[in-house]
Formats: sequence, C-alpha cells, structure tokens
Amino acid sequence: MKSSFVKRLTLAASVMLIGGSAAAQVKIAYIDPLSGPFANVGDAGLKGFKEAAEILVNQKGGIMGQKLEFTGFDNKGSPQETQIQLKAAIDQGFRFVTLGNGSGAAHSLIDAVNKWNARNPDKTVLFFNYAAVDPTLTNEKCSFWHFRFDANTEMKMEAISNFMEKDKSIKKVFIIGQDYAHGHQVAKYTKEMLAKKRKDIKIVGEDLHPIGRVKDFAPYIAKIKASGADTVMTGNWGNDLSLLIKAAKDAGLKARFFTYYAGGLGTPQAMGAAGENQVLQLTEWHMNVPTKNTEKFAQDFNKKYPGIWFYYLRVNNMVEMVAKAMNTAKSTDPKAVALALEDMRFQNDTGEVWMRKSDHQAMQPLYISIFSKADGKTVKHDSEGTGYGWKTLASISQRDSQLPTSCIMERP
Amino acid sequence: MNSALFPRGRLLLWGGCLALVIALPLVFKSGFMVSLLCQMGIMVVFALSYNMLLGQTGLLSFGHAVYYGLGAFITMHTLNLIGKDGSPLLVALLPLVGGLAGLLAGVVLGYVTTKKAGTTFAMISLGIGELVAACALMFPGFFGGEGGVSGNRVIGKESFLGFTWGPQVEMYGLIVVWAFLATVAMFALTQTPLGRMANAVRDNPERAEFVGYDTQRVRYLMLILSGFFAGIAGGLTALNYEIVTAETLNAHTSGVVLLMTFVGGIGFFYGPIIGAILITVMQIVIGGMTHAWLLYFGLFFLFMVLMAPGGIASVIAVQHKLWAAGLFGRMLPHYLVTALPVLVLLAGLIGLIEMGYALLAGEGVGAGDTATRIMTVELHLNTPGPWLAALATAALGLALTRWIGGRTRVAWNASLSTLHGDKT
Amino acid sequence: MEFVVMSLLNGITYGLLLFMLSSGLTLIFSMMGILNFAHASFYMLGAYFAYQISTWIGFWPGLLVAPLVVGAVGAAIERYGLRRAHRFGHVAELLFTFGLAFLVEEIVHLIWGKVAVDYRIPVELDGTLFTLFDTSFPIYKGFMMLISVGMLLALYMLLTRTRIGLIIQAALTKPDMVEALGHNVPRIFMLVFGGGTALAGLAGVIGGNAFVTEPGMAAAVGSIVFVVVVVGGLGSLGGAFVASLLIGCIQTFSVAMTLSITDVFALVGISLPEGSQVARLTITQLAPVLPYVLMVAILIFRPRGLMGARES
Repeated sequence: MKSSFVKRLTLAASVMLIGGSAAAQVKIAYIDPLSGPFANVGDAGLKGFKEAAEILVNQKGGIMGQKLEFTGFDNKGSPQETQIQLKAAIDQGFRFVTLGNGSGAAHSLIDAVNKWNARNPDKTVLFFNYAAVDPTLTNEKCSFWHFRFDANTEMKMEAISNFMEKDKSIKKVFIIGQDYAHGHQVAKYTKEMLAKKRKDIKIVGEDLHPIGRVKDFAPYIAKIKASGADTVMTGNWGNDLSLLIKAAKDAGLKARFFTYYAGGLGTPQAMGAAGENQVLQLTEWHMNVPTKNTEKFAQDFNKKYPGIWFYYLRVNNMVEMVAKAMNTAKSTDPKAVALALEDMRFQNDTGEVWMRKSDHQAMQPLYISIFSKADGKTVKHDSEGTGYGWKTLASISQRDSQLPTSCIMERP
Repeated sequence: MNSALFPRGRLLLWGGCLALVIALPLVFKSGFMVSLLCQMGIMVVFALSYNMLLGQTGLLSFGHAVYYGLGAFITMHTLNLIGKDGSPLLVALLPLVGGLAGLLAGVVLGYVTTKKAGTTFAMISLGIGELVAACALMFPGFFGGEGGVSGNRVIGKESFLGFTWGPQVEMYGLIVVWAFLATVAMFALTQTPLGRMANAVRDNPERAEFVGYDTQRVRYLMLILSGFFAGIAGGLTALNYEIVTAETLNAHTSGVVLLMTFVGGIGFFYGPIIGAILITVMQIVIGGMTHAWLLYFGLFFLFMVLMAPGGIASVIAVQHKLWAAGLFGRMLPHYLVTALPVLVLLAGLIGLIEMGYALLAGEGVGAGDTATRIMTVELHLNTPGPWLAALATAALGLALTRWIGGRTRVAWNASLSTLHGDKT
Repeated sequence: MEFVVMSLLNGITYGLLLFMLSSGLTLIFSMMGILNFAHASFYMLGAYFAYQISTWIGFWPGLLVAPLVVGAVGAAIERYGLRRAHRFGHVAELLFTFGLAFLVEEIVHLIWGKVAVDYRIPVELDGTLFTLFDTSFPIYKGFMMLISVGMLLALYMLLTRTRIGLIIQAALTKPDMVEALGHNVPRIFMLVFGGGTALAGLAGVIGGNAFVTEPGMAAAVGSIVFVVVVVGGLGSLGGAFVASLLIGCIQTFSVAMTLSITDVFALVGISLPEGSQVARLTITQLAPVLPYVLMVAILIFRPRGLMGARES
C-alpha cells in the first residue's frame, strides 16, 4: 500500500470503469484484515511478505527478471468480503492470492477459487495459505488450487503429543479451549492422540468457553486447580490466551500450558512475566533457533518496523518456494506454478520443507519452546521487548510431523 | 394494483429505477463492480426490512441480523439438500425459503420480544441477538462452525431460460428481481391498514389502544413480516456468496443495518435504499483506498446524527419541497458557494488524518514511518511543514465555511420561511 | 469448600468491577434516558489514559488523574455532542453514542496501536495477599475490591448527604418535576454524564492492568453492563449493585457446573435423546451467555428489573 492516495484513487476508479490493467510484475494479492480488530495481524503479515519479497527474491534477481510484489486487499476478517476482494484482485489482473487469518475466510476463499477456476478455466487463480490451520482444508476440502505453508492443527497436536509422550512428569491433563471449530479440534486430537500414546495420562477436565467473551478466567483456573492437573492444553489465541495465563499466575497455578499461539502478535507482551517457565508453544521457528540468515532477517525487520515483531518464518518459506516454482516452471501461469510447487523440496534455514503432492500440505521442522527469562546465551533474544524469550525444548523433524491425509484431489 | 397505490408519477419513477439497475452492469463490466452491485441489492432489501421496524413501527432493534442470518443458513441447507436433483428454477426460488425461515423465526422470537415497545424491546432484541450469535458458534452441526456452511448454486443439467446462475451477472439479475419484488411488496405494505396502524402504534400507542387496536399484535405482525423480508435478503446472501458463516447473524451485522437505515433516513420509504447503497460503497470502495476508512465512517456517521438526523432522505425531501415551491433556484448558488470552503476544509482534514495514519498506524510502510507520499508529493512527516500546511488548510476551510455558511443559513432560513409561509 | 470460597471471592471482585461500570450507566440511563453505548469506551479510555500516565509519572497519580480526564472528556462530549443530539430524540442520542463507541475504538487504534499495551500492575501490589487452602489470592484483587467498595461508599454519601446528590436522586425518578422546580437540568446532565464516565474511567484504570488493555476491551464488556443495568432495574443503583454481584457470581459458579443439559432434564425426570448437540452442552459452556438468558427472562417476566421502579 505504498502507492499514493491519488494513485490508489485513480486505480480504484479505473478498475471500476475498465476492469484493471495488465501485469508488469509478478503480483500476489494479500487478502487479510487490514482494518478493524484483527488489523494488527493482517498488517504484520503484509509487512512480512513485502520484506521477504524484497530481500529474498527481488534483491537476488527476482523471478525471471521480474519483481515479486504483494498488494494488500482488506477483507476485514469477513468471509463474504473475502470474495468481493477476490473479485477486485482478479479484475486487477492478480492470478495469485494469499490469505492466512480465520478459517472462515479461508474456507470462503478456497470455495470461491475452486468455483472461479471451474467457471473460468482460462483465467485460473492459485491460493497460497500461510496460516489458516483447519485440517479439513488439506483433507476433505483439499483442492489442487490451494497450498498450505503452515502445519495444520492435527500435525501440531501430533508434535505436541509426541513431546508429552516422552515427558513422564505429565500425569493429569486439562483441556481448555474456545468454543468453535479450532477449539473443538484441539480437544478432539488431544484426547485421541494421548489415548494412543500415553494410556496412563488422565484427562482430568475439558472446558469450552465462548470465544472472546470471558473477561475473568479465575473461575476456570479454580476449576483447573481443583482437578489437580499438572498440564493444560489449549488452542486459545489472543486475549483468551493472555487472560488465561494471567489468571493462572494470580491464583498461583503451577501447571504448564501447551499452546499454539503464545509466540507472537502481542501475546507475549500481554502475558508478560505471568508466562515465565509455564507457557510452551509449538512453532516452525522462534528467535532463539540458531539459523544462518533468518536471525539477521528478523533483527533487521524488527528494526525497520518498530512495534511489529517478525514471527512467521513460513512467510519467507512461501515467498522463496513460490519464486522457485515460477523460476523452475519458467512461467507465471497458475497451473504451471502449482505443478512445480507440488512435491517441491526446499532447504530453508531450519531444514527441509516438503510440499506434499497428495494434499498440498507443507511439511517442515517444528520446535517446542518455553517462555523463559532472556539470559543472552540460550535465550539470546527476548520476545516483543518483554525481557522473556523462547527456549527450545525439543525439535521435531519434518518427517515426524507427517500425518496421513484423506485428501482425494481433483486435478485439472 | 389500484391506481391510488401506483399513480403514474410513481410508476415512472419505479420503472426508471428498475431500468437503471438493469443497465448498470452493462456499463460497469468488471467483476468487482458487479459483486459490489450484488451486495448493494441484498443490503437494500435488508435495510428496508429493518425500517419496517424502526421507521414504521418505532421499534429499535439490535438483533435484526438474527432473521437475516437464519434465513441465510436455512437457504444454504436447503440448497445442499436439493443437491443434484435440483434445477436452476428451484435455486431461483430459494430466497423464498429464506424468507419463510425468517418469518418463522419472527413468529417464535417476536412473540417474546414484541410484548413491550421502547427500551425494553431494544434490550430484549440485544439479548436475543447475543444468544443466537453465541449459539451459532456452539452448534457447528447446523451453523458449520468457523468455516460456515457452503454450497454450490449451479445445480441441475438444464438451464432456466438460459440461466444457470453461475456467472456473477446472472446472479445480479436474480438479485434485482428479488430485490424489486421485495421492495414493491414492502412499499405496498406501508399502504395497507396494517402499515398505517404500525405508524399509529409508533406515534401514539395509547391512542391506538383506545381506538381499539391491539398494539402488541400490530408490533408482532410487523416483526414477523420484517423477519420475512430480512430472511429473503439472507437467502440472497447465501446464493450470492455460496457460503454462510456465523458472522451473518452477529451484533456487527445488526449494527451495520441500523447504521444504513439511519443514515439513509428512517422517515422515508426510500431512505434505507440510499443508506444501503451509500454505506456499502463506503465500506468496499473507500475501504479499498485508505485504511483510515473506519475513522471517516465514524466521523461521517456522527456528522449525520448531529446535522441531519432525518438522514439523507430528509435532506432530499426538503430540496424537493423547495423545488416544488420554485425556491430551489434561489438556493442553488448558495449551495455552490458553500461547497467550496467545505471542500477546502475536507482537504485539510483528510490531509491531517492521512498523515496521522501514515505516521502512527504505518500504512503498510512501517509504524513511525516519517516519509509518505500524498498527492504524489513526498512529505516528510518529521518536519512541521506538511502538518502546518494541512492545519492551515483546515483552519482556512473552517473559517470560510463559518463565514459563507452563515450567509447561506440566512438565505436558507428565508427560503424555509417562505416555503412554510406559502403553506399557512 | 476451597472451590466455593475462591469462586465467591472471584465472583465478588468481578461483580464489584461490573458495578463500577454499571453505576455510571444507571445514573446516565435513568436520568437522561440514554442507552449510552459508548459507556464501555470510557472504560477503555480510562485504561489507556492510566497506561499513558503510568509511563510518565507512575501508577498512583494515574489512578487519580485518569478518571478525572475521562470525566472531563465525557462532560465535553455531553456538552458539545449529546446535547445537540438530544434535540432530535432518543434514537438520535443513542445512535450518537453508538457512533462514538466506534470512533473511540478507531482513535485508540490510531494512537496506541492495535495490539495490547504493556500496562502492568504496580510492583507494590504485585503479589499474594493471602493463601487459602493452597490457592493464592492476589493483592491486586483485594485492591480492586477496596477501590470499588470505597467508590460505592463515596457515591452513596454523595447521593444521600449532599444537595446535588438529592437533586440527582430526585431527577432519577421525576426528571420533569426537578426541571419544573427550576434546577438547571442540562447542567446536572452534564455533571452526571461526566461523573458516570469518570466512574467508568476509574474501572478502566484498575481493570485495565488486571485484565488486558487492548482496543477490543470496550466491546468485550459493552453489552454485559447493559445486562446488569436492565436486570437490576432502570433507575435503581441498589438494583445495579445486586445485579452486578449476581452476575459476577453466576459467571464464576456456572463455570464449575459440569452438568449437561441432559443431566438437568434428567433431574426433573425427562430423558433427552442421546447424541444431539443441545443435549451435550454443559452449563460451563453456557456460562458466559447465562447473563443474557437472565436478562431475557427478566424482561419477559419482570420488565422493571429486580429493583427498578419504572419500565422505561
């Protein structure tokens, strides 16, 4: 969105009147919330993509000499607006779209892209998903036109349960989650996988609460405490997570929290000291994973965009893999790019990322880490300026995170 | 259709509007524009149905999205139920199913909510809205959880008169037909005894009771009918987007329809139509131009509440009266002269807001970014220059607006008194 | 036992915070007839102002200054916005506050960003007040209770022992009569609006760091304070107090109930078919929406609320 106000105005006007212009560079439409309550998440993602495209692709010669460019389209987090913005992007000549926030929006987009491609086979569109983790997107609802660069909920749970399997101190687990699809899935996979791997672990409680409505988690913590749980599994994100952790600290609950989303986008800042040595997360990367280039990339990014902390390594993976696919295919035709992306093996800073052909799900190394005081050695960098950072407890290889898929893909 | 309901002037106006909406996609061919027009059509029906409560019966509802959303969900489930056995004709009739669902929801919920009017009704509709929205996330079986329920509107082998509803333009045609039918029906309703009684219940419930009408029954009937039309709008949304998610029935949707109706004007039948079109354009077009759109939107709304509480329709109505009295020509130069300083003021304000956003919210270039380009000029926001310039523009605009606006007001009052003087 | 005592303490703390919010709203609501949709926005402003002040001069001055600033902002809004909207009737007034809530959120986004700010509990208050059956009760919760009760007493004294308080009380039930007696009702309105928003601001100062200070915090409590006011009854501060505590306790205790809907029906001898989604719902799951159920039930069966004197 660096274009000037007037440029945007004329662009919008011209789009309305004549329907877009031809592409001079490789353009990817970034459809995510850029205003409203989730704008911070969308904004951080867009900046990540722009930076990654600039540093990792354009400064290294671009794609067959062309520059890779990301343009933001504000879907305001709404599944319906997502479709309108998709139309706007197609009008402006975009053939690639990316979206990450909200499974609702992702479902809407995958549906719209499938239908568009079926109805307009000469103007196909390809969807890169960088963060929507609903497993159905690469199982029942999988599509040839969709690629996911983040591990899905089921894979993440597989990794966490493997970690739990080895940790004999875990005896009683309490599951708490937001009462919607993601929370339900986390609860389901936790129960299934623990029942298989550690029959001795008891699930001492399971609670679902309406999303974003609980102000004071003290009663939930009292319940967890009464259950005698030593471990809490939660898929919560945002305030529902920060408030949960804060309430746990207030009540002196000593249990450990396994989380999906404690690592970024303001959560470390909101939970602060309350999370020390109690909160664990599973991610594809964090600041204290020793890497060659990413550490510097992240530091530069954090310096360039104060107030936003680099969080998504998968954004970089996606940008590099898409560029590689285009260069290999020597084409920017969505179908050719999709075929080149399938089965691609890509060496990133943490290991090999493999885009599985059968369901278009990326397999990548994952890390389990714990929130602990930054000491300049193992916890070299703190997270979001809190004085606490992530310390790796276990790393999961790409192979170990793989799970079978039920995807039956329709190929063009 | 008796001629009192549709006199010639009105028929011409309605026919003209219909011709215009049919012609629009021929002019604006882009997919984005057609999608925008579709959204407008749906919102027009939704806002009109809302005004049956607020404008006609005086019931302020904070949970109107419930009927819209339930209509959408039932339509989507029906569409999936028909599946492959269906035909495009059946699909075209589906919004009626949504309408019936909305009607049924109105029968059930309205029985509880319409017992009282006023604040009690407002609060109870808020409570029920929250409850239904919470249920939507708790019952993924029916509401589809976060992913919502999706379907495919292209079913059956044959087409219906050449339509399969696949291309967006065909969907637009379907929306226009339904929106037109619904609008005519809602307008006709205002002319029926029930519609008139609703106005009486709104203006003076005690007197309506004395005359022998059961006010509660009138409110109940109006809510059921309003639910029916909201359900039709919901059904159209389901077909248009082919996905329905829980957000269609949450408080946000209820809030948006309230804003649309009010900004358009609740006192006139066509008010909500203007509001729905304007707000949709603001959301989608201005939202695409600047990240500050929510701020502009909020300021615009407050401005409307304070300066034109009757909505845009009331402004138009006054101009129409002036025109009829032959006074419009006298006011026109004043309007044009006032527009100039207002534009200067707006330019200054927009400059300030855009620079503020660039500096503080970092429009994609980084929070705290000190250089931005507005109007193709590179501005250095860490220097006072651009700020002073924008501030001076705004101040100049404000001073001029007050000065010229004062003179316009004098002329305006004179015109108004002439207008009223003519009448009495 | 441990659970009951802790839940009761949690419920009361939460209830008292709700009362700080709803007392201002009740005053405004019953005197001016305005459903102030922006009331929770003032709560948010209180938290943000306190955060800003605490980064400059510390938490304690902020505790005093932030509510005053919020009150001043509130009074100014009443004087220059709401009073104008008042001329156009209740719907316009209400929509004005509706738009205001919208605008406040956007301005907070603009100034403080879209993520939570690091507004922390002061070190003096960070710790454990007492430990009961091995569960600790934080000092800060005790502090919140202290402030709420102190405010409650101050408000009670103000309303019953001062002249302005008596006029406000009179205006609560008979606003027209008070005006007829020659009091400057618009000025009282401005005072009450400023005072009510200052109370919300104070709630924000102590709630902001106990919970999280972020732009969505207004929306999160917005509708629940309406529930409190309606359940308690319009125009009744006592009702608002009882309703706040009731809702605070309902929310904490219902979390503890693992009964499902099936079990509830089984208690009265009805067995529901197995496996339906409704039957599997537990009371815990429903906890945060119970206040709305309560509100709808109250409005149906006792529209004047628990202790209210008038219906609208």
